[in-house]
Amino acid sequence: MNVTNIEISIAIMTLITFLARAFPFIFFRAKRPPEMVVFIGKYAPFSVITILVIYCLKDVSFLKPPFGLNELIAILFVVILHLKFRNFFVSIFVSTFVYMVLVQLNLLNFLRF
Amino acid sequence: MRAQRNISDTTIFHAIVATMPIMFGYVSGGIAFGLLLASKGIPWIFAPIMSIFVYAGSMQFIAIQFFLSNANLITIAIITLLINCRHMLYGLSLLDKFDLTGKLKPYMIFTLTDETYALLTTLKDPNKINKSKFYIYISALNHFYWVFGTILGAIMGNAIKFNTLGLDFTLTALFLVILLEQLRSYKTRLPFWIGATCAIASIFIIGKENMLLPSIILSTLLLIIFKRTVTAQNERD
Repeated sequence: MNVTNIEISIAIMTLITFLARAFPFIFFRAKRPPEMVVFIGKYAPFSVITILVIYCLKDVSFLKPPFGLNELIAILFVVILHLKFRNFFVSIFVSTFVYMVLVQLNLLNFLRF
Repeated sequence: MRAQRNISDTTIFHAIVATMPIMFGYVSGGIAFGLLLASKGIPWIFAPIMSIFVYAGSMQFIAIQFFLSNANLITIAIITLLINCRHMLYGLSLLDKFDLTGKLKPYMIFTLTDETYALLTTLKDPNKINKSKFYIYISALNHFYWVFGTILGAIMGNAIKFNTLGLDFTLTALFLVILLEQLRSYKTRLPFWIGATCAIASIFIIGKENMLLPSIILSTLLLIIFKRTVTAQNERD
């Protein structure tokens, strides 16, 4: 993306994020918001985040060596660390470090015969 | 009567103590964001600009992907809206508190992130201090931690050249952790299955490059169609 488009994108993201945050202050001083708004606001992020996780993994090829094992191992680290410590910092940084070591040192290279 | 007040009596001191748990997360998250953006060859100055103005963590991370893949602006707008629509509900429980903050109310709304919301709605107001100042300091400190971390990360990414292969996994890990938290906080699993099905179907039908927007729109429609089931599942004991 060129610099102008990056600037426009940032402006769009800024505006929409602010409007989402300002929404109840503008519209719902006196009355409750429509049920549908509450529903989407509550549940859409859950399905959207699920989609984003898959989006992040879309370039992994599970059919070619190392069969997505680098990602799988790093994901296991995220899940186990997060269930154990429930600390965002630990889960994200340790798993990223593990993943970087795996791909940079090509530790699973032996799977390519 | 003492002429000087002890530092521990001041509002700013209370706010710093209250935001301490967030400081760690925001500074390190900011570093990761700045580092990742700069390592992708995007001009590093955009990292702090985004942290100052957009100030929405997961959105900023996904935006790096958008810049690199030259995503169209409508996609960016719709995805921003659907990721951040949860914020539409946050203000509801803060309408009265924010009225106390006077002229700075727009700033309080602008800086209403997940963590700031959680803090502002759960904190007990300390005695003997100015409530409105306390809220404003909390919001401003959190904003500051995030921007500070971002600048640090962006400068690091720009100055120190190291092999960043694999650094992208930060994004996957971030979303995965958010997902784990959501699996914990909702009783229903239906939004998860709807999202997963839509994403995988879009990859096969539309292709992985353009899967994001169709799967997000489709999943939101399916959520609406299954609204009663989702609500019923989440509210049962």
